[in-house]
Amino acid sequence: MTATPMTTPFHDRDTGQRLLARIGEKLHALGATERAPIRLMEVCGGHTHAIFRHGLAGVMPPGMEFLHGPGCPVCVLPMGRIDDCVAIAEDPRVILATFGDAMRVPGSRKSLLQAKADGADIRMVYSPLDALTLARRNPDREVVFFGLGFETTMPSTALTVLRAEREGIANFSLFCNHITITPTIKAVLDSPGMAVDGFIGPGHVSMVIGLRPYRFIAERYDRPLVVAGFEPLDVLQSVWMLLDQIGRGVALIENQYGRIVPEDGNPQAQAAIAEVFETRAFFEWRGLGSIDESGVAIRDRYARFDAERRFAVRSPTVADPDGCRCGDVLKGGIKPWQCGLFGGACTPETPVGALMVSSEGACAAHHQYGGLRKGAA
Amino acid sequence: MCLGIPGRIVAIADADALLATVDVSGVRRDVDVTCVAEPGAPLEDLLGRWTLVHVGFAMSLIDEDEAKATLAILAEIGEADAELAAFATEVE
Ligand code: SF4
Repeated sequence: MTATPMTTPFHDRDTGQRLLARIGEKLHALGATERAPIRLMEVCGGHTHAIFRHGLAGVMPPGMEFLHGPGCPVCVLPMGRIDDCVAIAEDPRVILATFGDAMRVPGSRKSLLQAKADGADIRMVYSPLDALTLARRNPDREVVFFGLGFETTMPSTALTVLRAEREGIANFSLFCNHITITPTIKAVLDSPGMAVDGFIGPGHVSMVIGLRPYRFIAERYDRPLVVAGFEPLDVLQSVWMLLDQIGRGVALIENQYGRIVPEDGNPQAQAAIAEVFETRAFFEWRGLGSIDESGVAIRDRYARFDAERRFAVRSPTVADPDGCRCGDVLKGGIKPWQCGLFGGACTPETPVGALMVSSEGACAAHHQYGGLRKGAA
Repeated sequence: MCLGIPGRIVAIADADALLATVDVSGVRRDVDVTCVAEPGAPLEDLLGRWTLVHVGFAMSLIDEDEAKATLAILAEIGEADAELAAFATEVE
């Protein structure tokens, strides 16, 4: 499949061309060149997907480079957590309910897909509410939901736990692997040799948390962030807004996606998150190591719905496979094709690293749309 | 999972449980509307409104043009079928 840059009427070719011309002018004024480009990082897998799918990197004027950040929650799940999840699923009492996205992520022994083939009772569901339905229908079994994702999906699992509590469903629990966006961005900003000039902010995470949590990026790190929508024109407009800030020498948190993202986020969603979850001291990420306060766990008040306590998981730290450079890709240090395994040992069919698993992962997106062409994105 | 899909709230399934039926391109499913329900207001106020649905939860109210635009984007990036298939998935 090849990328199709803005050809449909919906994507409004003229506006796109005009925006690209204005981006070109800004880059020129900034003195950005192919060798010394302005580097903007998107931290949402949806943006990574959109940028590749529409070939946005290819149509950018010279002097602008996209860095693909750690915004795909499936891609950053560490092997140790997959191993725990497989171990829970292999308990004969258990029905493990999971989003389909998580099925192929490699663990150190096996993926959930392999565990299912080996006889574990694993069900793919659309919603955590479906896991509750499974619990109601199978009162003699333990139903465990594999909860993952950034703040976009966090309210849904929190509300499911609250619903289980209200209905007194005792055979439901949550294996909580939720992560939060701002410590992740902070880890990128704190990494040695950090080369990010600005951030394209995640659209749907921001719909939940609002703009305030990003302030430290502007205030402490002097980098701009623009929350962006997923249409090609949204991304182009956000790029222009970021370049405009850089040109004016300011760093602000701006909102290009105001039609979906309210300034203060969604209060009901925030209340549900705060009621059920608390910040963990640290959480292990695939490729990035441990990041302080980047994950959440279930509060003591809801301990009986916590699969981690019910099944005493071990969460061992498992080293990433030899030669795997997912961490460097996630931090923007190297491009996917610079990993020695890319396209050889590591392909979407046989992923070694998690960035090759989901279509929102930089390596899989690059493999699908950029082929092996160096610099295609 | 992260992109969600727009649909229209067509019926109140269970007001006490904050569940409403949402229609996404002809596929119907009961969705949790806690995050979009105005506290204190009757749930019926949501009838006919468009909403962005993530993993079975209505996460924001949007206008009809935005909903159609979002569906078009999802189709364009090849995600609409996957999102819709997921939305249509019934519990095994
Ligand atoms: S090619 Fe595979 S191993 Fe290398 S960085 Fe990408 S996902 Fe990781």
